[in-house]
Amino acid sequence: MAEVNITVDGKKVTAPAGTLLIEACKGAGIEVPSFCYYPNLSLQGACRMCLVKIEKMPKLQTACTTVISEGMSVTTDTEEVHQARKSMVEMLLGNHPLDCPVCDAGGECELQDMTFSYGAAESKYIDAKNHKEEQQWSPVVYFDRPRCILCYRCVRVCGEGMDVWALGVQNRGVSSIIAPNQDDHLECEECGMCIDICPVGALTSGAYRYKTRPWEMKHVGTTCTHCADGCKTTLGVRRCDTGMEIVRGDNRDKSGINGDFLCIKGRYAFDFAHHEERLTQPLIRKDGRLTPATWEEAFELIGKRFAEVRGKHGGQAIGVVGSTRTTNEDNYLLQKFARVVLGTNNIDHHRTADFPALAAALSGKPEMTASMRDVFHAPAMLLIGNNPTEQHPLLAWQMRNNVRLHRARLYVVNSQPIKLRRQAASFSQIPAGGEGKLAAFLAGDDSAVDALLNEKTTRDSCIALREKLRGEANLVIIFGSEIRGNNITSVVKFASAIPGAKVLCLADYANSRGAADMGLYPDLLPGYHRVTDAGKFHEEWGGVPEARGLTFPEMVESAKAGALRACYLVGANPIGRFGIDPYAFSHSFVVVQDMFLTETAVMADVVLPAANAYEKSGTFTNTCGDLQLVKKAGEVTGTKSDFEMIVRIADAMGFDLRKLVPFGRGAHFDMGQSRGAQSGEADRHAVWLQAQGLEPQMSPFDPMAILDEIQRLVPGYDVSRMNLLAGNEQHTTLAGSGTGALQNPELIVPAQDDLFSSGTLGRYSRTLNSVIENHHKESAETDVAAD
Amino acid sequence: MASLVSHPDEVKVVTKRFGKGATSLDRYLELDGYKAVQKALGMQPDAVINEVKNSALRGRGGAGFNTGMKWSFVPKQSPKPKYVLCNGDESEPGTCKDRLILEHDPHSVIEGVMIAGLSVQAHVGYIYIRGEYRYLSEIMQKAIRDAYGRGFLGKNIFGSGYDFDVYWHGGAGAYEVGEESALMESLEGKRGIPRIRPPFPAVIGLWGGPTIINNVETLASVPHIILGGADWYAGLGPPKNGGTRLFCLSGHLNRPGVYELPLGYNLRKMIYDVGGGISNGRNLKAVVPGGSSTPVLTAEEIDVGMDFDSLAKAGSMLGSGGVVILDDTTCMVKFAQRIMKFYQHESCGWCIPCREGTDWLKKTLTRFHAGGGTKKDIDNIQYLAENMLGRTFCPLGDAAAMPTISIVKKFRKEFEDHLEGRPCPFEKAGAVRELPVMA
Repeated sequence: MAEVNITVDGKKVTAPAGTLLIEACKGAGIEVPSFCYYPNLSLQGACRMCLVKIEKMPKLQTACTTVISEGMSVTTDTEEVHQARKSMVEMLLGNHPLDCPVCDAGGECELQDMTFSYGAAESKYIDAKNHKEEQQWSPVVYFDRPRCILCYRCVRVCGEGMDVWALGVQNRGVSSIIAPNQDDHLECEECGMCIDICPVGALTSGAYRYKTRPWEMKHVGTTCTHCADGCKTTLGVRRCDTGMEIVRGDNRDKSGINGDFLCIKGRYAFDFAHHEERLTQPLIRKDGRLTPATWEEAFELIGKRFAEVRGKHGGQAIGVVGSTRTTNEDNYLLQKFARVVLGTNNIDHHRTADFPALAAALSGKPEMTASMRDVFHAPAMLLIGNNPTEQHPLLAWQMRNNVRLHRARLYVVNSQPIKLRRQAASFSQIPAGGEGKLAAFLAGDDSAVDALLNEKTTRDSCIALREKLRGEANLVIIFGSEIRGNNITSVVKFASAIPGAKVLCLADYANSRGAADMGLYPDLLPGYHRVTDAGKFHEEWGGVPEARGLTFPEMVESAKAGALRACYLVGANPIGRFGIDPYAFSHSFVVVQDMFLTETAVMADVVLPAANAYEKSGTFTNTCGDLQLVKKAGEVTGTKSDFEMIVRIADAMGFDLRKLVPFGRGAHFDMGQSRGAQSGEADRHAVWLQAQGLEPQMSPFDPMAILDEIQRLVPGYDVSRMNLLAGNEQHTTLAGSGTGALQNPELIVPAQDDLFSSGTLGRYSRTLNSVIENHHKESAETDVAAD
Repeated sequence: MASLVSHPDEVKVVTKRFGKGATSLDRYLELDGYKAVQKALGMQPDAVINEVKNSALRGRGGAGFNTGMKWSFVPKQSPKPKYVLCNGDESEPGTCKDRLILEHDPHSVIEGVMIAGLSVQAHVGYIYIRGEYRYLSEIMQKAIRDAYGRGFLGKNIFGSGYDFDVYWHGGAGAYEVGEESALMESLEGKRGIPRIRPPFPAVIGLWGGPTIINNVETLASVPHIILGGADWYAGLGPPKNGGTRLFCLSGHLNRPGVYELPLGYNLRKMIYDVGGGISNGRNLKAVVPGGSSTPVLTAEEIDVGMDFDSLAKAGSMLGSGGVVILDDTTCMVKFAQRIMKFYQHESCGWCIPCREGTDWLKKTLTRFHAGGGTKKDIDNIQYLAENMLGRTFCPLGDAAAMPTISIVKKFRKEFEDHLEGRPCPFEKAGAVRELPVMA
C-alpha cells in the first residue's frame, strides 16, 4: 500500500494510505485523546476530544474521522486544541456524578485521565445535575446512567463486534440514554464486552462491582480454563483468608489472540474457584465414609496400594484417566507416570475431537493447521458443523469480524440454521449427520451428495459450493466433532488441493488438544507416536509398555470383571459425565484428584483436593494448536497442583523422581507471578533469565522441568520459549508427529456445552448459574404471556 | 391555510402561482407548468447544470451554496443509483416559506426535483416533508398521484424514454433532520443523526448512492431558471446572489408575512416599508435576519442588503430567510433563553458539545432570567457558547451558539440588569408577552 507523508507537530510521520489521522498520530507517539473512537468499530465523531488543527482548515477537525493525505500538516498541541478538549471534559463533568471514590472505574477511568490531562478541575455550573437511577439489566450487567458519557462504544461492540445488537440509544438531546433491547433488560450473550469497553464506570458487572479498587489487585495474565479457544484473560486477584480471591477477569490490554474479546466464561466464570463446596483437605475412606486426613497419610496410602497392585497384578490392573483442563505439563507427567511408574498404557481422557486422525491425515503436511490468528485474517473460511457462537465464542468472534473488517468470505455448512449464517456468503443446511458425507463429497466422492440433499440444498448447489471453495486460495476449513476418522482424511485431501489451505479441528475443553498432544491415549504416546513404536521415548524413559492399553469404556468393563484393581482419576468425572454405574469400580482402589466432590469423587477411596488452572503454572494448547502460558494467580489454602500430587505419589511408591521429572538441570522459574507483573505483561526480567537458562531449577514440582522435556520430545512443541514466557502464543504444528491412529469414533463424546455451561466448572459457577436461571425465568414469563 | 400578503416591491417568481389554484394539475399546466422539465429533457445534462450554475442560485435552506455547483459534484458514473432528495423539513424558527410553496405550488417542487434528477441522470426523487406539516403532505401526495396519472412521472416520462419516480416521505418531528445527512438517515428509517462528512451526499448519500439534496425553495426556483434563462435569474439579485428570496417577516411588525423580494433588498426598507414598521408605535431593538440560528443585528445595523455576502460582511447570515423583528419591550435574556430552550430540545444528543452545551446554556439562562444570575454566569454563557462554536458534529451546535454569542455581546447590559436578584426589568414594565419566535 502506498505510503503517505504528513507532519504532526513538526514531526514527519509516514503511514499507509487510508490510515486515520488519530492512528497515524498514535503510531508516531503523539497521543490524541478520544472517547468514542475505538479501533475496529465504526467511526462516530461524537466525543470531539480528538479535535486537532489541520493547516488550511478553518475549524478544528476530528482526527478520528480524518483520513491522512499527502502533505497534511497537523498540530495537536496548540492553545486552541487544548482549550477545545478542556471544554469537552468540562461539559461532560457538568452532569457527571463525580462519585469516583466509590466507582468501579476509579483509577482506570478514561474520563479521570482526560480530566487529569486537560485540567478541567473547576466546575462552571451551579445548576442541578440531571439524574437517573441505576438499573440492573441482567445478572451480569448494571447501568449507571449519570456516569455515562455516550461514547456509543457499548452499542457498537454489541452490534458490530458481537452481532447481538442488544443495546441502542433512546430519546434525544440531553435525554439520550443507552438502553437495552428488551424494555428494562438485556436479551443477549452476556459476554460483558459492553462493560469492559466502557471508558467510565457506567456499565459495571454484577461479578465485580463495588468489590475492590483496581490498584488493590494483582493482575495476572493467563489462559482461560473453559472452552478450547484459549483466550487470554487477565485475572484481578486479591489476598483473602483462604489464600486468594479472583475478583475480575478481562483483557483490556488486548495482548492475546483474543484482543479484547472474552465471553461470559472468560470474564466472569472464575468464581467456581471460590465455591463453598471446594475441597480443601484430602479425604480417605474409613469405615465406608470419606474422612478428612493429612496429605502425608493420603500419599502414603496411595503409594502403598498402587505399588501393591502393580507388584501383584502388573500395570494392566491399574487404569488412569486424565483431564482436558489440566496443563500440558500435568498431562505429560500423568501419562509418563502411568507408563513409567505404574507400568501401564491404560490411560485415557474425555475425547471431544479426533486429533489422532488429524495427525494421521496431516502426516507430511505440517504447515496445514490454522492458528486462531489465521481465522481472523484468512480471505475465506469454510465451517462444517459445530456452532461456534455457543461452543467457540472466540472463534465465532474471529470469523465474524474477519468478514466485517476484511470482507472475508465465510461458507457455512450445518444441519442447523446457526447464527454465523448471518455473516456467511453462503449457507447450506444439510440433514443432521450429513457432515461426514459432505467431507467425502468435497474430496471427490460425488455419490455422497445424495445424503446432503433436502428442500433447500440441491445437487447443483453442492457442486457449485465445491467449485467455489476450490477457487478459494488460503481457505481455512474449520470443522467440529461431526467430522471424525476417515472423514478428516477426506477434508485434508480436499484442502491439500487448494493452495495455502489450512484446517482447524474443534475440540471442546481448554486443553483438549493438549491432552491429545501429550498422549493421554492407551495406544499413543505424546506426539501421536504409537506405543508399539516408542523410539526416543523408549530410550529417554528407560522403557515403555508395548501392549496397547485400555480405553476408558474398556477400563469400566475390566473393573466390573474385577481385573482393574486400581484407578487413578485426575481432574476427570466420567461417572457424572457418561452416566456410568458407580458400582463398576466397587472392587477397585480409586483415587480422585478434583476440586469438588463430584459423582466420581464420592465413590473414591482417596480424594485429593486439587488446584485449578488459575492456581498453577504451565501451558495449554488450544484447539488450533496455539501453545500458551498458564500463570498462577495465587493459591487456595489446602489444595495442591495435580503436578505436585503426581510427583508425591511417585515418591510414595519409591520411584526415583529424577527419572520422572528432569529437575536439577535447566532453570527454576516462578513464571513471574510473584514479581508484581502487571496486566498482560510477563515479567521480562524473569523471562530473560529463564530463557537463557540462568536460573537454577531446583524442584521436582516445577512444571517447567517437564516443559523442557515436552519441548525436546514432542514434535511441533519446539517453539520459542522466550516468546512463550513473554505471554505470546506459539503455534505448534503437527510436524514430525507420529502416525496417529484411527480410533473408534464412538469414543468421541462432544461436551455439548453452550455459552452458559462449562462442564463441572460451570456447575460450580454462580455467575453462569444465575444467567441460566434468569433465562429460564424470562422464558417462563414469556410462556405465561403467550398463554 | 396561511393567508397571503403582497407588496409592490415584490418580484414574483417562485410565488407567481400562489393563490391561483395551481395545486390542480390542469391549472398548473395552464400556468406554464411542466414546460421546464420538458425543455430540460431536450437538453444535455451538463447544460442543465451549467444553466443552474450560471443563474447564481444559492441554496435556500440556509447555507447558501451554489446549487449548480453542488449538482456538478455528483459523479457521472456510479455503480449505485443516484437520487434527488428535496428537503422539506422546514423547522428553523421564524421560517415558513417552504410551507407556502408546498401549499400553493406543489407541482413546481416536483418539477424541480425532476429537473435536478435529469441533470445528474438520477431516476428517483424523494420529497421529505416535515412531520408537523401533515396537511401539506396530503397536498403533495395528491400532486404526485396526479403527475403519475398523466404519465409525467413513472416510466417514459413525457414519452422521452426517461424513467423518473418521485416518492413522498413524512418526517417524525425533529429539527435536526433538516440537516442534510440526518435527513438521509431519517429517510432510511434510522435515528435522525447526522453522518460523518466527508463523504458528502453528492458522492455517497441516500442508500449509499450519489444524492442531490436541496431545499424546497431552491428546487421550486429551478423550473423558472430553465424557462427564463440563467441571465435573467442572476440579474434579479446582486452578483453571485441570483434571483429572489421568500422572506418570512415575523415579530413585532404591522404587516408580517412572506414576501418574495430580490436578493440584496435593504433590511431597513424591508422592516419599515414592506413590513409596515414596528407595531404599536414602538421602537426596533433587534433583528434576527435569517432564522433563529443567525446572529442578531441591532437597530443600528439594519442598513444592510439582504443577500448572502452582504449579511456575512455584517457579521450575520441570510440563513433560511426568517426575519424576526424584536421591539424595545423584548427582554433579550428571555429571548436568548427561549432560543436555547428550542435548541436544547432539538439537539439530537450525538456529540458532547451540543448535547451538554445546550443543556447547560438553557439551565443557566433560565436561572439567570429568573433573577438567580451572577456576574460570572455572563462570562460562562459566553464561554460555553464559544466553546461549542465550530466544534460540534453538525451545525446545530453552531446554530445554538451563534445567536447566544451575539446577544451577550450586543446586549450585555440587559444581562447585567438582571443581576443581584433583580426581577426582569421588562416583566416589571408589564411588557412581557408571547415571544414572536417559535410555535
